[in-house]
Amino acid sequence: MFQILDIKGGLVSEDPDLDKELLKEMYWWMVYARMADDKALKLQRQGRMGTFPPTTGQEAAQVGSGLALDKEDWVFPAFRELGTYLLRGIPLENMYLYFMGDVRGNIIPKNINNLPMYVPVSTQIPQAVGAAYGMKLRNKKNAAVCYFGDGATSKGDFSEGLNFAGVFNTPNIFICQNNQWAISVPRKKQTASKTIAQKAIAYGISGILVDGNDVLAMHVATKEALEKAKKGEGPTLIEAFTYRLRMHTTADDPTRYRSDEELKEWESRDPLIRFKNYLKNKGIWSEDWQKELETKAEEMIKKAIEKAENIDPPNPEDMFIYMYSDINPVLKEQLEYLKKMISTKEIEEDSEKIEGGFP
Amino acid sequence: MTQMNMVEAINSALKAEMEKDESVLILGEDVGKDGGVFRVTDGLIQKFGEERVIDSPLAESGIVGFAIGLALYGFKPIAEIQFMGFLWPCLDQLSSHASRIRNRTWGRYSVPLVLRAPYGGGVRALEHHAESFESILAHIPGLKVAIPSNPYDAKGLLIASIRDPDPVVFLEPKRLYRGIKEEVPEEDYVEEIGKAKVVVEGEDLTLVGWGSMIPKILKARDLMFEKGIRAEVIDIRSISPYDYATVHSSVEKTGRAVVIQEAPRTLGFASEIIARLNDNEMLNLKAPAFRVTGFDIPFPYYKMEHWAMPDVDRIIKASRQVLKW
Repeated sequence: MFQILDIKGGLVSEDPDLDKELLKEMYWWMVYARMADDKALKLQRQGRMGTFPPTTGQEAAQVGSGLALDKEDWVFPAFRELGTYLLRGIPLENMYLYFMGDVRGNIIPKNINNLPMYVPVSTQIPQAVGAAYGMKLRNKKNAAVCYFGDGATSKGDFSEGLNFAGVFNTPNIFICQNNQWAISVPRKKQTASKTIAQKAIAYGISGILVDGNDVLAMHVATKEALEKAKKGEGPTLIEAFTYRLRMHTTADDPTRYRSDEELKEWESRDPLIRFKNYLKNKGIWSEDWQKELETKAEEMIKKAIEKAENIDPPNPEDMFIYMYSDINPVLKEQLEYLKKMISTKEIEEDSEKIEGGFP
Repeated sequence: MTQMNMVEAINSALKAEMEKDESVLILGEDVGKDGGVFRVTDGLIQKFGEERVIDSPLAESGIVGFAIGLALYGFKPIAEIQFMGFLWPCLDQLSSHASRIRNRTWGRYSVPLVLRAPYGGGVRALEHHAESFESILAHIPGLKVAIPSNPYDAKGLLIASIRDPDPVVFLEPKRLYRGIKEEVPEEDYVEEIGKAKVVVEGEDLTLVGWGSMIPKILKARDLMFEKGIRAEVIDIRSISPYDYATVHSSVEKTGRAVVIQEAPRTLGFASEIIARLNDNEMLNLKAPAFRVTGFDIPFPYYKMEHWAMPDVDRIIKASRQVLKW
């Protein structure tokens, strides 16, 4: 397993000596993602947000890889990539909005090459390969980066997508955040393979097992894979060996399926603590700086919640007008019906007065 | 103008659009060197190269997912699924993604792909090669579904599908691939998706159908005409969105309707048209509208396929019942 930092933040291989500003940026996004995640969990528990999949514990995998990308690279996410989502420039209020049941959270700002969250598992993989093929045809030196979990590797689209990528030698990076659990099913029940990274061999592409809780290792591995892809040397499957410290989503109870010992063991490998220690050893981290980051994050989170909770309510039109590039007569008629029903809405005590039926 | 059959007309549409727009590309199993199992893409790899006419690995969901990615990136992919019976693995990609990305991102992303698949029976094909499940596709909001019944419409509708900014499933009645030849312009032209066509006018009853059923309906119409019955024939051509207005005008005039489909009976598209007639034409109808359909069975292997498909006789019998009412 490729690793640069041990669980205490000490070096186990050569220090990549990344730029100080980049190191600071990495830590910032990890702190921001962790705090935004904690807040989302609280909002969900207060009934201010719907079902939500916490990202806590996986920040290094997301931030380390995400900061290796160029702006022009494309990201095809799953649904637990808050860190990558934020560092790409998608406002936090979009993510909050989305989990508050508002489709407007899915509107990705025009200049960001990110797809919105994918809820079906693994279906984004062949799509990322198609986009990468397009990049190749247009002679762009970019890549399509696709995130998914260990559960996704059991599905057909994982196999079909990686196979296409190998056959067409596309500039793809596949990042499997192996967080050890697909809801209640452990990684060992997903596949009999010793590692997920080794599955790359079957598709004739590169594969690497990386400590997903080591932000430096994730960054270096992703950077190398991207350089390779952009030189036309083919796709890479990166297995980020990590752990989801919270539930799959707020709808499940992880104490039913995993042990306290396991959780404690992984808490000791927390990616934030390990990276903080590394920064401390470098003289970059200080109590004051930590406070500064936390204050900034708190303010940003507060603003994001305000924006998300105070957005204008959507209109019924919005359900219909974006279905096709032009609204067709069938939908126009259905929209008119709904509008009429809304505008005349009242509960008739006398059922004889109720006129039913579609126009 | 040249005499073309449907295969040649579709090929001509593909060639014209690929020449015109370099973002148009084709992918699917055997579409390149082999020219497609029905030779629909014949000669295109020689003309446009293997980067734009892509012989893909054998993976239907992968093909559609890959096409979605290309479309998101700004290409106009035309994916071929060899037979509609093999389209099932694509439903996840079609219904979870292609059909809804525009709506779920409020227009930030769209998927202008075309998915072509031959459908229907009557060519003594293998099992799983003769399905008609167009209603299932039309039931997915956000897809468009077009079905031509002749070479001229095939070319015009396919060009419209390729130029359409939304995902279009283009179903080709394979039994009609080579049977009919007609004048088809060499140059490009567009037939609007979502517009039905009155193929023959008449006053006594309205026969509605699409794709593979149209030649049978026309044959039935001719035989009835000899007995003095003047049926109006409507080719729906596009079942999502569909042109109810044309059906309405016709039934307003005739007061009687028979809807004919090759697909299984229950929850087929004929049921939709008839439900709509109930909603709108109660005062115009002189008789209940009837359906002539396939049965709720898997399409049978070929010794029995002639029983499964509506034929001229069944169309005439249903018309008689509607007329007798």
